[in-house]
Amino acid sequence: MNKRAILLIALAMLVQGVFVYGQDQGGLLQGARVWGNFQLDAQYYLTDSIIEAPDVDEKIRMNAFANLNFSWQGFTMGMRYESYQNALLGFDPGYRGNGIPYRFASYQQDNLEVTLGNFYEQFGNGTVFRSYVDHNLGVDNAMDGIRLVYRPVSGVTLKGLIGQQRLFFDKGPGIVRGFDAEMNLNQTFPSLAENPNQWLLGASVVSKYQRDQNPLFNLPENVAAFAGRLNYLRGALNLGAEYGYKVNDPSADNNFIYKDGNALMLTGSWASEGFGLLLAAKRIDNMGFRSDRTASSNNLQINFLPPTTRQHLYSLSGMYPYATQARGEMGLLGELTFKLPRESFLGGANGATLTVNYSVANSIHKAALNDTTAIGQRGTKGYTSDFFRTGDTLYFQDFNAEYSRRFSRNLRGLISYAYITYNQGVIEGHIDKAMVYAHIIVADFTHRLPNRRSLRWELQHLATQQDKGNWGMALLEYSIAPRWTFSLSDQYNYGNDNKDLRVHYLTMGASYSKNANRFSLSYGRQREGIICVGGVCRQVPASNGFMLSVTSSF
Amino acid sequence: MKKTLLTLILLISVTGLFAQAGSKLPEMVIKTLEGREVNTSAFDNEGKPYVISFWATWCRPCLKELTAIDEIYEDWKELGFKVIAVSTDDTRTRANVLPMVRGRGWEFEFYLDENGDFRRAMGVNLVPHTFIINGKGEVVYQHTSFVDGMEWEMYDKLKALLENE
Repeated sequence: MNKRAILLIALAMLVQGVFVYGQDQGGLLQGARVWGNFQLDAQYYLTDSIIEAPDVDEKIRMNAFANLNFSWQGFTMGMRYESYQNALLGFDPGYRGNGIPYRFASYQQDNLEVTLGNFYEQFGNGTVFRSYVDHNLGVDNAMDGIRLVYRPVSGVTLKGLIGQQRLFFDKGPGIVRGFDAEMNLNQTFPSLAENPNQWLLGASVVSKYQRDQNPLFNLPENVAAFAGRLNYLRGALNLGAEYGYKVNDPSADNNFIYKDGNALMLTGSWASEGFGLLLAAKRIDNMGFRSDRTASSNNLQINFLPPTTRQHLYSLSGMYPYATQARGEMGLLGELTFKLPRESFLGGANGATLTVNYSVANSIHKAALNDTTAIGQRGTKGYTSDFFRTGDTLYFQDFNAEYSRRFSRNLRGLISYAYITYNQGVIEGHIDKAMVYAHIIVADFTHRLPNRRSLRWELQHLATQQDKGNWGMALLEYSIAPRWTFSLSDQYNYGNDNKDLRVHYLTMGASYSKNANRFSLSYGRQREGIICVGGVCRQVPASNGFMLSVTSSF
Repeated sequence: MKKTLLTLILLISVTGLFAQAGSKLPEMVIKTLEGREVNTSAFDNEGKPYVISFWATWCRPCLKELTAIDEIYEDWKELGFKVIAVSTDDTRTRANVLPMVRGRGWEFEFYLDENGDFRRAMGVNLVPHTFIINGKGEVVYQHTSFVDGMEWEMYDKLKALLENE
């Protein structure tokens, strides 16, 4: 630590020295750029036994980070300082204290880019490799190692990488190695440049190494995974496919079975002026892939298996979000976006947008290997599965429609309906929980007022006989563009079976933003729930108190 | 720990010196919606100011922002302004970008920042995050979040830039 700190100080001084010189002489560091961003989230917790908010000894907790980057010509270096004093409720307590878990240096020269240190990367859709960060979810599986990206000719990209993954302020035990090649045929071959059929091909191989110290099983120390992908585009039609295969990899994810895994994802879309259609299908079988066999939660994941369900954007419609079941699932998605023309019945004077979406996820078919082995029994090959048969268990189903329209010059509104079937037992891992059937209606209207002010209101209702019963929600937001926003909202769990838990979650807040700085302060109750971004989720406990948030970019 | 802090302070003091200058766009490779690779340093608008907006299909304020600009885009185009909309959608929602933008009839210049390289290189943390680039290709203004009315705020800023050049 000491040595590293000294090194960094020396580096900073060097940079400063060179720059000051550059400024005086004019030209030496011409075109140099420094940029970054900062985010701080702090909460002051109040005791609230009714909503079962956990007691917080520290009273105040805070998460913060700052990225600082410097680039000059082809050279870039950067780092991120993170501070958890202690981590906010709902974040993994592994995030503790301060440090610089992310730093890198890279340069580009003649189509070759070399990165040393930390980096984020993704191969294709991520079926076999994706390292990324989402601070709001507390997910960061940044690689620490070396990455090369080479573009030998236009349209061809080759990537090679090796390293270990971040685990809080430490690194995972496994070493991850990967190679990816991608080619845009039409960009590579001049003869195809004007061809209406456009092709994109890609292939990757990733392997991990982790020592086997298990006394019971003889575990594979090297595990390889392969993926291939294809994308075809012609006019409004766009077809994509990605298939990934993983050699047997007994782990906590799959209860230590010696079965190979695979994943297939197909997408097809039609997109013409005013009309968009998307269809997607996927099948995942035993495709959990981490650089530590015993890791759980969102830790040390090497790949990413996106859910093919719609991500809902309102608090009540997002109450029951789906998360991909890496052990196995089959899913379908269909989404239609339609621009209703002006002067039509539903389009009104200004036109309107209608979106209809349906998605479903099921278990995969699984059969026992023989009469004496249970399905998924530890230390065996697990089970056999018929690729084309779905299993008997429904995980998730969602039908929803959304209509948005500008009703007049000063009024814009959106109405949406969703019917969600949510297998709480499987998705949240509580075996005793029943299937939840929920109907959700949302209305969101914005009134434009004079002097760039606006008033926005939301009304939401969720009806279900299961879980916590019915909810109602109302929100009022007054904005003075471009700086101020004031809001007041209430969520009311009026349908809870337990009369004592029929409580209001009242919240008020204000935010101020000027250029790239934003401050927001809110006070009130937050309900227990799941926050998801891009199919990765984090459980948040109920809380009551003050929230302060500062974000800034420079 | 003290030293880490010291390092940080030093680095921040360094950044103060640089940040003042209107900086050019970084050189990053991103893709068009058709899958062609494009270098971001080649972005331009024939010497006129333009907007780069980072958005995502799952981000409600982003959709509001693009919808709001779309409604007055005729006014923008009249003065030669344009919007480059960079989608930060990941695998889950990426396939939805093309049907969504065409389905809604948006006419902006769209790109996919699949690995988030361009987003990181621009210091974008949360979306929507919008930049205004002047006729010389320098970043002169940026803003995070969107509230109704900001589309006119941006229009005024673009107009002021145009008149000053």
